[in-house]
Amino acid sequence: MKTWQRFIDSYFLYSFKRDPVAVTSFSIFVFLVVISFMAPVIAPYSPYDTSTIDIMDSEIPPQWMEEGDERFFLGTDNMGRDLFSTLLYGLRTSVVIGIGAVLFQALLGIMVGLTAGYLGGRIDAFLMRIADIQFSIPYLMVAIITSAVFQIAFGVGRFEELALPLLVIIIGISEWPKYARTVRASVLGEKNKEYVEAARVIGLNRRLIVYRHILPNTLTPVLVISTIQVAQAVMSEAALSFLGLGMPITKPSLGSLINAGFEYVFSGSWWITLFPGSLLVTFTLVIILFGDWLRDVLNPKLYKG
Amino acid sequence: MFAFIIRRIIQAIIVMLVIGFIGFSIQHNIGDPVRDMVGERVSEAERDALRDKLGLNDPFLTQYFRFVKNACHGDLGISYFHNKPTMEVILRKAPATLELVFVTSIIILLITFPVGIYSALYPTSWFSRFTMGASTIGVAVPVFLTAIVLIYIFGVELQWLPAFGRGDTVNVWGWETGLLTWDGLIHLILPSFSLASIMLPLYIRLIRSEMMEVLETEYIKFAWAKGLNRYRVWLLHAFKNTLLPVVTVFGVEIGILFAFTLLTETVFQWQGMGFMFLEAVERADTPLIVAYLVIMIVAYLVIIGVMFVVINTIVDVIYGFVNPMVRIAGTK
Repeated sequence: MKTWQRFIDSYFLYSFKRDPVAVTSFSIFVFLVVISFMAPVIAPYSPYDTSTIDIMDSEIPPQWMEEGDERFFLGTDNMGRDLFSTLLYGLRTSVVIGIGAVLFQALLGIMVGLTAGYLGGRIDAFLMRIADIQFSIPYLMVAIITSAVFQIAFGVGRFEELALPLLVIIIGISEWPKYARTVRASVLGEKNKEYVEAARVIGLNRRLIVYRHILPNTLTPVLVISTIQVAQAVMSEAALSFLGLGMPITKPSLGSLINAGFEYVFSGSWWITLFPGSLLVTFTLVIILFGDWLRDVLNPKLYKG
Repeated sequence: MFAFIIRRIIQAIIVMLVIGFIGFSIQHNIGDPVRDMVGERVSEAERDALRDKLGLNDPFLTQYFRFVKNACHGDLGISYFHNKPTMEVILRKAPATLELVFVTSIIILLITFPVGIYSALYPTSWFSRFTMGASTIGVAVPVFLTAIVLIYIFGVELQWLPAFGRGDTVNVWGWETGLLTWDGLIHLILPSFSLASIMLPLYIRLIRSEMMEVLETEYIKFAWAKGLNRYRVWLLHAFKNTLLPVVTVFGVEIGILFAFTLLTETVFQWQGMGFMFLEAVERADTPLIVAYLVIMIVAYLVIIGVMFVVINTIVDVIYGFVNPMVRIAGTK
């Protein structure tokens, strides 16, 4: 209760309420996440339930167009699935992968960053060199390479079965250096402060000092980059699925839907690509806008004069 | 500087060995080259003989070292699908990708500089507001979506521009170029604009903020106070000083363009290295995949290293010109 009261009185909430862009983007974000997780309840059809899918229904345009069918609000895709339901399920997959990948890369990056920053010396040099090398290669390249390697190692069939957890790992691997660097930088700033010395003088062991004392103080920058990273991860997932290295079409995600619709653009069926495409853009855009606001609020150094 | 170059080279070598090792062990564990070569009807004894001859019965590490040794001689194995040395396959595809990146870079420079400078000079005009809004949205639009929308509008609905392929090419000293034919140039428009779209928002913002920062400095105020012509102040005094950081970022980030050619080339079926790579992944053509990765990453690290050295040298030289203090210190 007390924490709640503190939250209500905080500068954080105050500036949030005063920023219409932040409020709008955050509400759209919450709205999209909620409807995507309520997909089984809201969606009229399930793209995973093959008994409701009829291939004869494929490529029906949205309801309001001439050849539209009133059963399918946004039309159907190339496999005869209701596009509206498939979009909801696809968004859910994208959200899960996006958040999962960010958690994974944050975990990896924070571990490396804490170790490197606190221990210093050789270990620091070694870990940071790895991060530097990976950082100098574009993340998309790393993600594509990793998924190509996984696809060959697991075989296409098995890869499609395990696509979701594998994508979390792939995107996590491609982005961890960002976290490692951020965390290391703030650990270096924190580790010589008085409170850490005090903890050391009391005789606490190293693990406790690192996790209970230093870690909480490095979390603000982590939070700031995390929002943008979710947008980045959702876009990476879409890019990989679009290349055929991510989610298979039988398990819809926004990227694989865009990929499936792409071939049909030439025959004029624009809706299969355009609806998932605009949903993807909206989703990433609101995260980016919210992330920008968060960065400005949490990072006083960046206040624009 | 020298230490930096050495460190870069060592890094590149380590990365190469690691990538080579991963690639090699996958290649080693999956598929049987002998079966791929001779089919099912050859007897077990003959197969063993062939395996022995190819050195496939040697220990893993021996084979790996042989792979590394061959790689150092420029021999990265033979593609399963094309049945040619992988080096040759990749080099034949390279011009398409290089031309695409080249044209894209020119488009980026031609668009971002005028737009960025204009929106720094007139931050309140409707055009600047529009570009700032558009660039915020632009960051959230993935490149393949831009490409698909462009194809749909200009290729399918209006039918003004070709939507896929490279068009006619001419051979100039062994370099298949599409830059010299009308058809080739028309085919370049959509792919290069979609590839440029990932960088446009970022660079417009970068140039704008750099320019605005420079416009606030003392020497610009002094130039105004001297009563100089405003175009002289803007272009000669302010713009010149925004150029350096922008070009630096551009040089370093050119590798990102190469990474995104994978997406653009797939959408436009552009016969370059990226398209070849994804085909190789689909066909499980492991030698070709490994060769592509090794070449790309080495090329990438080398480019970054060269850029760094070149830019640092330029910075040193320019500082000598711009800052009299450095010059005086140097002559002493």
